[in-house]
Amino acid sequence: MEFFAISLLNGLSYGLLLFMLSSGLTLIFSMMGVLNFAHASFYMLGAYFAFSVGQWLGYWPALLVAPLLVGLFGAGFEKYCLRRVHKFGHVPELLITFGLSFIILEMVQLVWGAGSMDYRVPAGLDGPLFTLYGTQFPAYRGFMMAVAVLMLIAIWLLLTRTRIGLVIQAALTHPETVEALGHNVPRVFMLVFGGGAALAGLAGVVGGNAFVTEPGMAATVGSVIFVVVVVGGMGSLSGAFVASLLIGIIQTFAVGIDSSLLGAAGMAGLHITPDTFGYSLCKLKISQIAPILPYLFLVLMLIFRPRGLLGTREG
Amino acid sequence: MTFPMKHLAMVAVFACACTAFAQQAAPAKPAATMAAGVLNGQTVRIAFMDPLSGSFASVGQNLLKSWQFAAERLSGAKNPAGVKFEVVGFDNKGSPQESLNTLKAAIDQGFRYVTQGNGSGAAAAILNAVAKHNERNPGKEVIYLNYSAVDPALTNEKCDYWHFRLDADTTMKMEALTSFMKDQPKVKSVYLLNQNYAHGHQVAKYFKEGMARKRPDVKIAGEDLHPLGQVKDFAPYVAKIKQSGADTIVTGNWGADLTLFVKALNDAGLKLPMYTYYASATGTPTALAASGGSEVYIVSYSHANHTGEIGQMRADYKKRFNDDYISYSNYNGIQLLGAAMAKAKSTDPVQVAKALEGLSVKSFAGDITMRASDHQLQMSMFISKWQKVDGKNPYSLENTGYTFAPIKQMDAYVASTPTSCQMKRPS
Repeated sequence: MEFFAISLLNGLSYGLLLFMLSSGLTLIFSMMGVLNFAHASFYMLGAYFAFSVGQWLGYWPALLVAPLLVGLFGAGFEKYCLRRVHKFGHVPELLITFGLSFIILEMVQLVWGAGSMDYRVPAGLDGPLFTLYGTQFPAYRGFMMAVAVLMLIAIWLLLTRTRIGLVIQAALTHPETVEALGHNVPRVFMLVFGGGAALAGLAGVVGGNAFVTEPGMAATVGSVIFVVVVVGGMGSLSGAFVASLLIGIIQTFAVGIDSSLLGAAGMAGLHITPDTFGYSLCKLKISQIAPILPYLFLVLMLIFRPRGLLGTREG
Repeated sequence: MTFPMKHLAMVAVFACACTAFAQQAAPAKPAATMAAGVLNGQTVRIAFMDPLSGSFASVGQNLLKSWQFAAERLSGAKNPAGVKFEVVGFDNKGSPQESLNTLKAAIDQGFRYVTQGNGSGAAAAILNAVAKHNERNPGKEVIYLNYSAVDPALTNEKCDYWHFRLDADTTMKMEALTSFMKDQPKVKSVYLLNQNYAHGHQVAKYFKEGMARKRPDVKIAGEDLHPLGQVKDFAPYVAKIKQSGADTIVTGNWGADLTLFVKALNDAGLKLPMYTYYASATGTPTALAASGGSEVYIVSYSHANHTGEIGQMRADYKKRFNDDYISYSNYNGIQLLGAAMAKAKSTDPVQVAKALEGLSVKSFAGDITMRASDHQLQMSMFISKWQKVDGKNPYSLENTGYTFAPIKQMDAYVASTPTSCQMKRPS
């Protein structure tokens, strides 16, 4: 029970973190159809900006300023680079964001160096939030979960309940009509891209000190957020939310399971020895493969349900 | 079309001319300089290959700077041969496959000395490739200095004449660590958390073997292997450790995998004594300091508070790069190379390899000897403990106000382990 409760809590908080990381990506993809490869780089920029701004103004102002800076950077990129290649189709768009991710990585290393930053959790959120069965639940994790939930609610309200949300949604499917009605469609796209980048930046501010702020941080989250977006359904915000929680919880519980094919075979009366063919595969414990489970989901999802859990469109 | 081709040809001719000139110019130098040493003014270039980008870049970059720093400090009159050392970095991205490419690039550029250390997989690939290259290209032999890949196989069943290991291998570290832990009465139940590759497997294997021999009453509460550099959130592992009821943790993790693990332990408030290999490296001291006085031990051939030349180098390194000089194997490596070149009166790898066998030099913690039978450096080992800096141990790691203070030194023979190497020497 104790282990179950703590694992569930860990899984939920990890899942919410994944959602926080991938919400901006989903937003950009669903509204603009651009698969933004530089998304994880915006996440990294958010962490580094927050670290630098935080040294100067403190953490709380940085929580506001850093995502704004990243958002401005994203909007500028959309206006001066992405918009120009938009007319050539999706592949050049994808390639330009791919190139951007490398530029950001190198720039970060040139400006801040290759080492990790001493970016700490603010004193007010340091320490446990509550203690469950003798295990502390850190206050900062609670804060991260709250930020993720707020993000979800804010985006959902913005898109479905506000006028600008309606314009954004309409601009996706009927750009000419929306333009004819007097709306500046390119500016709407710029806002969406900037907004998505700002969300990634916010995730960076919050995740950078919870984990490690270093140049490799973009690469470590880059792959898993694509998994979330694909499993959830390309461009579906609620799908991304469900997929993040699912991946977080399954991965966390898998770590706790020490059984293997070897044990299963033993129960079935089969004796597998180190000389048996495929022994090294059989002795793999579920806990060992836990961190690669998300990628397994990705492949299975693409085979059996290419539109994802809650996606509406094919591919 | 013709213009670019012509242009290219001109560049190529120019480049050839330059190298030819450089090769001619180099031997002319010795006559001009008048310092001690038999090989005055000759330059020995060492190719350093380790991850300089990606998840483990911060460690790789630090080590590249360390090698370059040691090369600079020990060049010219500072080594008995009087040669100038030069270290150039190649990014092998930590992968065995990439290492083969960088090795080829280095050999093509005329490097005769190669060094690598992060990752035993890449180390094994380089060891094999160097052996093959040397067999097929007599007169162009390459020496491989392995400065920290600790897979015992590299000096046992896979041992090779051209490979020299400067770090203590896992069997030696575990011999030292278990010798220390057997005298710690509060160690009763141990949890092993390691990265799922050769190194992590061996830490677990040799720890269990050593403990079973020295303290059969200690039980293994649990054991986990996780993928290298993939885990973002260690909270599930911490929950599992807590569940197991272990009172001690042993881990061979390094880089972000150790830093994140320490953070997760702090977050959950689980304060268990932890025995590690690499807790003094990039990022981890900062995470340790955040939790205050955790009980953390390191087993290594060095510690953070040596005095003398190495202490001075550490201080200067800090001043220049604002970073910690975390590995001294480059110092030992360049010392050994200098001594071997003086002994061989040559910088030719064939002669130097012969001279390195059985060579002893004085280092920062007594004599070190390159054992001839398997090319494993024999040296004294230290256990050091995480504590606040004090008068005796003043070096503050990553400006945290904490340091690793030596609490036990073991002579080289204590940690020395036998080898099964059947060394094939070139005739």
